[in-house]
Amino acid sequence: MRWQVQLISRLGHAPSTFDIHIDFASDAQRLVLFGPSGAGKTQTMMMMAGLTTPQQGKVVFHDKVLFDSVNHLHLPTRQRGLGYVFQDYALFPHLTVRQNMGFALRQGWRNPSTSHSDPQVDHWLAVFQLQSVADLLPEQISGGQRQRTALARALVAQPQALLLDEPFAAMDRPLRQRLRQELLELQTELSLPMVLITHDEEDVQAFAQEVVHIEKGRVVSGSSPFEQANHRV
Amino acid sequence: MDTAWVALALTLKVAGWATAINMVFGVAVGLALSRWRWMGRDVVDALLTLPMVLPPTVLGYYLLVLLGRHGVIGQWLQDKLGIQLIFTWQGAVIAASVVAFPLVFKAARAAFENVEPNLEQAARVLGLSETAVFFRVTLPLAWRGILAGSLLAFARATGEFGATLMVAGSIAGETQTLSIAVYEAVQAGQDATANFLVLVTSVSCFALLLSAGYLAPGRIAGQTQRGAR
Repeated sequence: MRWQVQLISRLGHAPSTFDIHIDFASDAQRLVLFGPSGAGKTQTMMMMAGLTTPQQGKVVFHDKVLFDSVNHLHLPTRQRGLGYVFQDYALFPHLTVRQNMGFALRQGWRNPSTSHSDPQVDHWLAVFQLQSVADLLPEQISGGQRQRTALARALVAQPQALLLDEPFAAMDRPLRQRLRQELLELQTELSLPMVLITHDEEDVQAFAQEVVHIEKGRVVSGSSPFEQANHRV
Repeated sequence: MDTAWVALALTLKVAGWATAINMVFGVAVGLALSRWRWMGRDVVDALLTLPMVLPPTVLGYYLLVLLGRHGVIGQWLQDKLGIQLIFTWQGAVIAASVVAFPLVFKAARAAFENVEPNLEQAARVLGLSETAVFFRVTLPLAWRGILAGSLLAFARATGEFGATLMVAGSIAGETQTLSIAVYEAVQAGQDATANFLVLVTSVSCFALLLSAGYLAPGRIAGQTQRGAR
């Protein structure tokens, strides 16, 4: 199994609590978490990446245990080897496109310089046609360019898998179709496992090999539950 | 007119040290208060803001009680290290630091709270340690707010009078800062000296404000800022 995810968590404070009780397993290269907004998709993805900690559960990617509440195992985010593209892209506003993309290549206390050049960064600048805006700040570029920058920033870190939170939500329809196609080609080319969050059925149809349908913090249909996967193993 | 230049140099030295001290402790406290949600956080915040609203003489009295020869800290410093703070320029630095402290920590707290958590999360996903996240994302985005607060603190420390007078006294050439020198000159009826001191003070404060505006354009008045967005 590529992904085995089992999460139990209560968010917020009484009386407005929200319970997450997610349980799925999937072998898909392109997995889609589908559901209405407020269903707990982003929370699920953040727990997979280790950005928030569930109260109970287990997260396994390939054979690597990322989180296991029973054995008190909690791999820090930076050691999970996952790429994450945030819904609002979370580009660093004080750094240029080039610096944003090269961010992960430098692990010290200082950011890469504005003139920092690296073959990997140059490669993705070319692939995503961002050379002309390489020295601009995120606020100075278009929505599509921001999305590509965020994608490139995650890819430069050479992740084992890529998690994308509503990557096309902020776009108009033609751009969404084009970028969806680009992402699909990219996934095939790199054969990089991807998990994508969406509330848009078109995304599901175009992208998904498998769908996990989430509503009100629970999996309502989709991939085989974690227990079944365990039995099979 | 030598008094004026000596007093100006001393004032800048005291205010400079006070600002430097506050940029370390004020920023640290601002960060702590913006991050950790523990019980009593508001109480701590209010206590640390007190120097902004308390009369400087009251602060000076507190400092005397703490740092004086028979004070809790003062006695210890005297016995163990042979350090005497009262009536020294270092004492003036402490008085100015305490008075200006809320300006830095308040600005720092607001600036840190304005940094979007998502950006720090993004840096973590990209493999950075917590320290690296702070120096590469959090601090650069909060920097303008901190700088604005620090410049206000420097200005406040420059004009400090009450607490400094009580803790450090008015020893010409040693603890007599500009504001105290003005007071002394007026009391002694030395109108020419007072005029000159007032002129020097006004010009240096104006220069300070100008450079503050240059360093942090349009942000010196407000403490809120939203990074470089």
